[in-house]
Amino acid sequence: MDRVIVGKPLVPGEASGQALVSREPLSFWGGFDHRTGEIIDRRHPLSGQVAAGRVLALPYARGSSTTTAVLLEAVRAGTAPAAILTTGPETFFALAAIVAEEMYRRPFPVVTIDSADFDLLESGMHLRVAPDGTITSSGGKTGDDRP
Amino acid sequence: MDLALTERDRGLLAGDEGPAAALAMRIIARMAGIFQAASLLDITQAHIDSTIYIGEANLEFAERLAGDGARVSIPTTLNVSGLDEHGWREWSVPSAWAEKALRQMAAYQQMGCLPTWTCAPYQTEHAPRFGQQIAWGESNAIVFANSVLGARTERYPDLLDICAAITGRVPAFGLHLDENRHGEVLFQIEGVPPMLQRDDSFYPVLGHLVGKTAGDRVPVIDGLSIEPSADQLKALGAAAASSGNIGLFHIVGVTPEAPTRQAALAGGAPGQVVRVDLPSLRQARRELTTGAGEGLDLVVLGSPHFSLAEFRRLAPLLHGRRHPNVRFLVTTSRAVAHLARRAGLLGPLDAFGGQLTVDTCILASPMLPPEVRRLMTNSGKYAYYAPGLLGAQVAFGSLEDCVRSAAAGRVSRDETLWTA
Repeated sequence: MDRVIVGKPLVPGEASGQALVSREPLSFWGGFDHRTGEIIDRRHPLSGQVAAGRVLALPYARGSSTTTAVLLEAVRAGTAPAAILTTGPETFFALAAIVAEEMYRRPFPVVTIDSADFDLLESGMHLRVAPDGTITSSGGKTGDDRP
Repeated sequence: MDLALTERDRGLLAGDEGPAAALAMRIIARMAGIFQAASLLDITQAHIDSTIYIGEANLEFAERLAGDGARVSIPTTLNVSGLDEHGWREWSVPSAWAEKALRQMAAYQQMGCLPTWTCAPYQTEHAPRFGQQIAWGESNAIVFANSVLGARTERYPDLLDICAAITGRVPAFGLHLDENRHGEVLFQIEGVPPMLQRDDSFYPVLGHLVGKTAGDRVPVIDGLSIEPSADQLKALGAAAASSGNIGLFHIVGVTPEAPTRQAALAGGAPGQVVRVDLPSLRQARRELTTGAGEGLDLVVLGSPHFSLAEFRRLAPLLHGRRHPNVRFLVTTSRAVAHLARRAGLLGPLDAFGGQLTVDTCILASPMLPPEVRRLMTNSGKYAYYAPGLLGAQVAFGSLEDCVRSAAAGRVSRDETLWTA
């Protein structure tokens, strides 16, 4: 059954894809290869996963200020995630999305959601992100079978 | 919340100071909206991290701004670039890549930025003052400016830093404001021998542990029994800003906004108290090493960029010569390299068979030949990022360990301080 999460769009846009979820923050510089879309932080639980085209859910970005530059390059090259979900206003991701819009007119939604909703997300579920920040999920956990 | 704009802000948006300034202001205003900032505030200095060449998009952004006539409106320093401007040919930098990195360097200079090319701008004459509102990029520089100097900057990402430098305006948010600068999680140091606290290698390890545990909260460190040096605080901050989302830390009795524990916590109680003891430090130290097998290809020092004081520490340790299979590299700024040369501190490095790279570092430049697979460093930041960015294995050790290993041709670490 579909489940709807009401998020707040930091940078609005439409996207859909398979979720890739981690509770661990990530630095895109040193953590994401913009040539391949792979997560390359060898200390990160998502190491080796390809984030390109997926709805990537991370609490926030850690580390280097270069994260924005790496993400913008990925948006240009077509190796970026389809969208990013965070648990709070996140400068690094939001800025990359704003500049991508200015330069390439390419929407790259960044949406912030409650921690409780974040906890319901699981890698592999299909997520659809609407411009108003509504996220519809199918597959994976639902509110009813929450432990 | 509606953003209050001044007449000049509105003029910038309307294009009064040209299309580049209008673009910069549009981006600043949108970021202010995201952070629900009520207004913008003036900054008087900027440090640009966007100098690191990542790919076409960032070069395009810089050249578009420069081409549209953008000029920075405040004193602005530049972070490391993608290559050692005059020395890159000695390394494995592909020339097509170099051409683009050089264009990116030129674009930022064209906008009136100072070609400092360093990730340690706080160790230059451009260091900001206590309380000064600034907009800095480069995670290690941000954390040093906020924590050690008491200047005020949010964690500016690439591309936003230059927008701030052009407009001289930033959203009034985050670490610019008093209410976001107090500590939230307390790290209590217990049972760590002063001998270890005095050692340089203690600080990247402590920083790694603090960053990883604090996440995006402001950490307060209490219980140090010695006064750390500026370079030790720099190493701590760089490691914490790699493993965590740290823009500011306090050390009780050491950093300027933490004369007492109460002041650091703004009178409140910490949300969490973390005990830092020898076992937890040993664990953090282990995490900085991904491989310490027999072979070693490169010993690398200088992330953040080596200071003059660090060259002074290094010079007397250099006896004999490095092992023929191990390169020995120090990364620093052109200004510090010049001073170190004048101070006679590079003679011993040359005699040891060491090399120097300026303007950049091994993480920002594709300078290392592919056969360099096994690294050793005294830098928490190099240790953190090298496995992902370079696909290399890395061993973390003290400065003395690094020099000894370079001579021996294999990783050799003194465990005495850590086993007490």
